[in-house]
Amino acid sequence: MPTTLAQPDARPAPVASGTRVNDFSLQVATANGSGSQTANNVLMRAIFQMGVPVSGKNLFPSNIQGLPTWFTIRANRDGYVARKRELDVLILMNPETAEEDARAAAPGTSVIYEKKLAVERFRDDLLLFPVPFSELVVKVTTKPEQAKLRKLIANMIYVGVASDLMGIDPAEVEKAIAKQLKGKPKAVELNVAAMRLGREYSGETFAEKIPCRVERMDATAGKVIIDGNAAAALGCLFGGATVCTWYPITPSSSLCESFIDFCADHRVDPATGKASVAIVQAEDEIAAIGMVIGAGWAGARAFTATSGPGISLMSEFIGLAYYTEVPAVVFDIQRVGPSTGLPTRTMQGDVVLCHYNSHGDAKHPVLFPSSPEECFQMAGEALDLAEELQAPVFVLSDLDLGMNNWMADPFTYPDRPFRRGKVLDAEGVERLKGVWGRYKDLDGDGIPWRTLPGTPHPLAAYFTRGSGHTEMAGYSEKPHDYVKNVDRLARKLETARRMVPGPVIDDRPGSPLGVLAFGTSHQGAVEARDRLAAVHGVSLDYMRLRALPLAPEARAWLERHERVFVVEQNRDAQLLTILRDECPDLATRFVSVRQYDGLPLDATTVVEGVLAGLGREAGTAPAAAADGGAR
Amino acid sequence: MSATAPAPPKTNRIGLPKADYEGGKSTLCLGCGHDVVTRQLVTAFWEMGIEPRRVVKLSGIGCSSKTPAYFLNRAWGFNAVHGRMPSVATGAMLANSDLIGVGVSGDGDTASIGIGQFVHLVRRNIPLIYIVENNGVYGLTKGQFSATADVGSTLKGGTVNELLPIDLCGLAIELGCGFVARSFSGDMKQLQAILQAAIAHRGTAVLDVISPCVTFNDHEGSTKSYKYAKDHEEPLHDIGFVPFFEDTLAEIPPGEVREVPFPDGSVVRFHTVGREYDPTDKDVVLSTLHASRKAKEFLTGILYLEPEKPSFGRLLNTVDEPLHPLGEDRLRPSREALEAILESYR
Ligand SMILES: Cc1ncc(C[n+]2csc(CCOP(=O)(O)OP(=O)(O)O)c2C)c(N)n1
Ligand code: SF4
Ligand SMILES: [Mg+2]
Repeated sequence: MPTTLAQPDARPAPVASGTRVNDFSLQVATANGSGSQTANNVLMRAIFQMGVPVSGKNLFPSNIQGLPTWFTIRANRDGYVARKRELDVLILMNPETAEEDARAAAPGTSVIYEKKLAVERFRDDLLLFPVPFSELVVKVTTKPEQAKLRKLIANMIYVGVASDLMGIDPAEVEKAIAKQLKGKPKAVELNVAAMRLGREYSGETFAEKIPCRVERMDATAGKVIIDGNAAAALGCLFGGATVCTWYPITPSSSLCESFIDFCADHRVDPATGKASVAIVQAEDEIAAIGMVIGAGWAGARAFTATSGPGISLMSEFIGLAYYTEVPAVVFDIQRVGPSTGLPTRTMQGDVVLCHYNSHGDAKHPVLFPSSPEECFQMAGEALDLAEELQAPVFVLSDLDLGMNNWMADPFTYPDRPFRRGKVLDAEGVERLKGVWGRYKDLDGDGIPWRTLPGTPHPLAAYFTRGSGHTEMAGYSEKPHDYVKNVDRLARKLETARRMVPGPVIDDRPGSPLGVLAFGTSHQGAVEARDRLAAVHGVSLDYMRLRALPLAPEARAWLERHERVFVVEQNRDAQLLTILRDECPDLATRFVSVRQYDGLPLDATTVVEGVLAGLGREAGTAPAAAADGGAR
Repeated sequence: MSATAPAPPKTNRIGLPKADYEGGKSTLCLGCGHDVVTRQLVTAFWEMGIEPRRVVKLSGIGCSSKTPAYFLNRAWGFNAVHGRMPSVATGAMLANSDLIGVGVSGDGDTASIGIGQFVHLVRRNIPLIYIVENNGVYGLTKGQFSATADVGSTLKGGTVNELLPIDLCGLAIELGCGFVARSFSGDMKQLQAILQAAIAHRGTAVLDVISPCVTFNDHEGSTKSYKYAKDHEEPLHDIGFVPFFEDTLAEIPPGEVREVPFPDGSVVRFHTVGREYDPTDKDVVLSTLHASRKAKEFLTGILYLEPEKPSFGRLLNTVDEPLHPLGEDRLRPSREALEAILESYR
C-alpha cells in the first residue's frame, strides 16, 4: 500500500498567484478511522450553504483503522465538480504521509498542518500554517470523559482554522455541524467549541491568509447533497421495487443499506405493521441474483446491488435470465479490478463484463448514470425496462458516484405509472388461446408475452428452462429452434436500442471533432472541453452516452464526427471496444482517452489526452493514455 | 349408440381428474428411480386436491432435475442452474406466498455444487418441499461419485469411494429444519404418506429419497442399488397421513400410535414398528441418527418433525399477499414524502 497519493516523479506547476475566489481544491490527509469524515463533510457543507458549487471526494484505503486517507474538496464558481489534479490547499494531520504529501505539493500551495510535523523542514516554497492541534484540543476536552475524543475533536479545529484562513462564514459552519450531528446536542456543543477555538487561534496567529477565498454566491439554492447509492436506493423505493437481495461489498453495500432504511420509513403499513417489500441479505452474490430471478419470474420487481467480483459470480445466472427471459435489475457499483484490485478506489472497468455477461452469445442493456439525479431516475427506469424487456438490465455506477457526496438537483417525482411489460392474465390467455406461446414473438419486437405463476387459467402455465426451447417453451435441441430463438433475442436487443435512455448531446455548430463520455467520466470531460476551447482553441462537440445498446441518435452523432475522443476510466478502452463492435464502419474515428489509477477522472487528463490525440504538445501523466489503437 | 356411457373419471376433492396432474413424457432411462418419485408426486398432489396452478416446480441440473417437466403440466416449472435452485425458489416464494413450491434436486445438485444454497434455504425455512433424488452418483454426467456415496461403495468400473458421505438429513436437522424425511423410491406407500405430509407442511420439508440410478449405480457393490436399499431399509415407523379435509377420527388401528397435528388441521400418525421413536424429540432423533450411521443402517421415515416453525416471510414481516399486483398506491411514496426526504439532504 503506497503511503501517499502523490506521484513519485510528478513536478507539478506552481499554484497560480494572486487571490482566487471560489475556485480551489483542498485536500485533507488523515488516518483512517480518526473520525475526520464528519469534519470534512462540515467543511464541504458550509461552502455549499454559502451558495458555492462544491464537490467532495473521499480517497480512502481498504482498512477500518490506521491507514492513510485523503479527502478532497473542490469549490468552483463555474460549477465544475470533477476531481482536480492540482491542489491549492493541503491540511496535513497524518504523520505517516505528511512528508511525502508536502514534498509532492506544487510550489505556492497553502499547507495547514499539525505543528509537530514540522513541514517547514521539507519545503521553503509553500505557504505554511502550523497549528498545534494536539495542544489546542486539550483546551476544549477538559472533562476526563472527553479525553478519548481528542483525536476526533482535533479535526473540527482544522475546520475552524480553514474557515478563518479561507473566509468561510462561521455561522454556516455551525449550521453544518448542527446538521451533521443532528440529534446529538452534546456533540454539537463540543464540536462548535473546537471549531471556534481553531478560528480564534488562526485569527490571532496568521495575519496573512490563504489566497483561495470563499465568497457567497447563489448557485446551490434548492440543491441537495447526496451520494449516488442513496439516490439509487430512493429510485428503487419510488420505482416500486418489492424484492431486494444483496451480499455486502464495497462500494455497493450502502445502496441496499439505504434501501433498508427508506423502506422502514416508507414501506411499512402503519395499520398492519407489514412491509410491501422483502429484503434479503443473501449468502453470496450467486444466491442474491438467483433470488432476484426467482422473484422476477414470479412477478415481483426485484433488484440486487454488487460490485465487479459479485458480477463475476453472477454470470451463469445472468445468462439464465437472458435466455429464459426473466426480468432482473443489477446495480454494479464499480471498483478497481481485476480480482480484489483496489477495492476502495473507482473505475469504469466492468463495461464489457456487464454488457456481454454470460457464456454463449448474450448482450444486455446497460445504463450509465452520471449524477445522483440519474441514479434516482435510472433505478426506476431499469425496473421498468427489465419488466418490459423481460431481461436482465444493468445499472453501472461506480465508487466515485455511489459513495461520494455530490451536489445534486432535487429529484423529479416519477408520476408515470410503473411499466410492467407484457404480462397475460387469465383473460388474456383465454383471448390468445391457440395463438400464444411463451417464447412466441406475437408483436414483431422480439418481446414475447409471459404469464405469472398462479394465473388462474388451465393453459397459463409454462415451463422455464435454461436448455434449448421452442416458442411454446417445450424442450428442443433442434438447430433451427435454437437459431430462431436466439435471433429473436437479438431482435429484442434492437427493440431495447429504442427504449433505453438516449444520449445527451451538446454540439457547437461546425465542429468535426467530438468527445464522448459516460457515467462519471462526464464531469472531467465537460470541464476539459471548455478548457480545450478557451485555452487551446480546440472546439469539440459533446455526447454523453447514457446506455447500451447504442441508441440510433447516438450512432447518428458518431457518424457526424470525423474524430471522436472516447473518455473512460479503464485501461483497455472498454466502451471504445464496444463502439467499434457496434459501428465497425466508424472504427477508425475513435481515439481513446483513459485514466485508470483508481482516482476519479480529472479534466487535465482529458485535456492532455485530446491534445496528444491531435498530435499537439501536452504533458503526459503516467496514468493517462491516449491512442487510436487502444486494446 | 351404446347404452352405457363410459364411467366419468375419478376426481379429487376439487373435482379434477388425475390426468390434470400429469406431466410430459419422461425421457429418463427405463427403471430409473426418479420416475417413481415423479409418479408419487402426481398422486400426492392429486389426492391432496391441490390446484395445479398454485404449484411451482423448481429444479437445478441433473437427471433428477429434469423431472419437474414430467408432472403437473398445469403448474409453472423452472429448471434453473446446477445447484442453485434454492435461491430461485427463495425469490419466487418471497414474491408470492400463495404458491406451493416443490423443488427437485439430485445428490450432486444438492450435496456438492449446491450445498451452500441448500444450507441457507433450510436455515431460512423457506416454504418448499425439497426433494433430493439421491442415487450416490452424477447420473447426467455418466456416473461419477457424488458426495452422498457411502464409504466402500464402488463405481461400475470398480473404483471405491473412501470419503465419508454427507448425510443431508443429519445436516438439515442440525440446521433446524422442521420436516426431515428419508425414504426410498422402492417404498411407494411410505413415500406417498411423506409427500402428502410435506405438502401440508408450511416451511422447508427436506426429503432425501434413495432413488437408484439403474444405468450407473445399480450394480453389486453399490450401496444405492435397488437390491441394497431393499435389503437394508429399516422403517422407523409406519406413517399414516390424515389431511385436514378428511375425518381425523377415522379408526386407529391397535398398537403404539403417536399423533402430530399440523397447523392446518392435518395429522401425521406414527405407528411403531419395532423400536420406540419420537420424531419430535430432537435429542432422540439425533442420537438415533448418529447410532444408525455407525451401524450402517438405512433408516427411513419422517426423521424429524416440528410443524410450527415460523417461515422466512413471517420473519421478514412481508405482507401475506403476492407482491406482483401491488401498484403505485401501495409502493410509491407520495410527492410530499419525496420532498421531505430531499429536504433532509439540503
Ligand atoms: C456449473 C455446472 N457444472 C457442471 C455441470 C454438469 N453437470 C450436469 S448434471 C451434473 C450432476 C448431476 O448429478 P445429480 O444432481 O446427482 O443428478 P442425477 O443426474 O444423478 O439425478 C453435473 C456435474 C453443469 N450443468 N453446470
Ligand atoms: S442415468 Fe441414472 S439417474 Fe439418469 S436417467 Fe438414467 S438411470 Fe436415471
Ligand atoms: Mg445423483
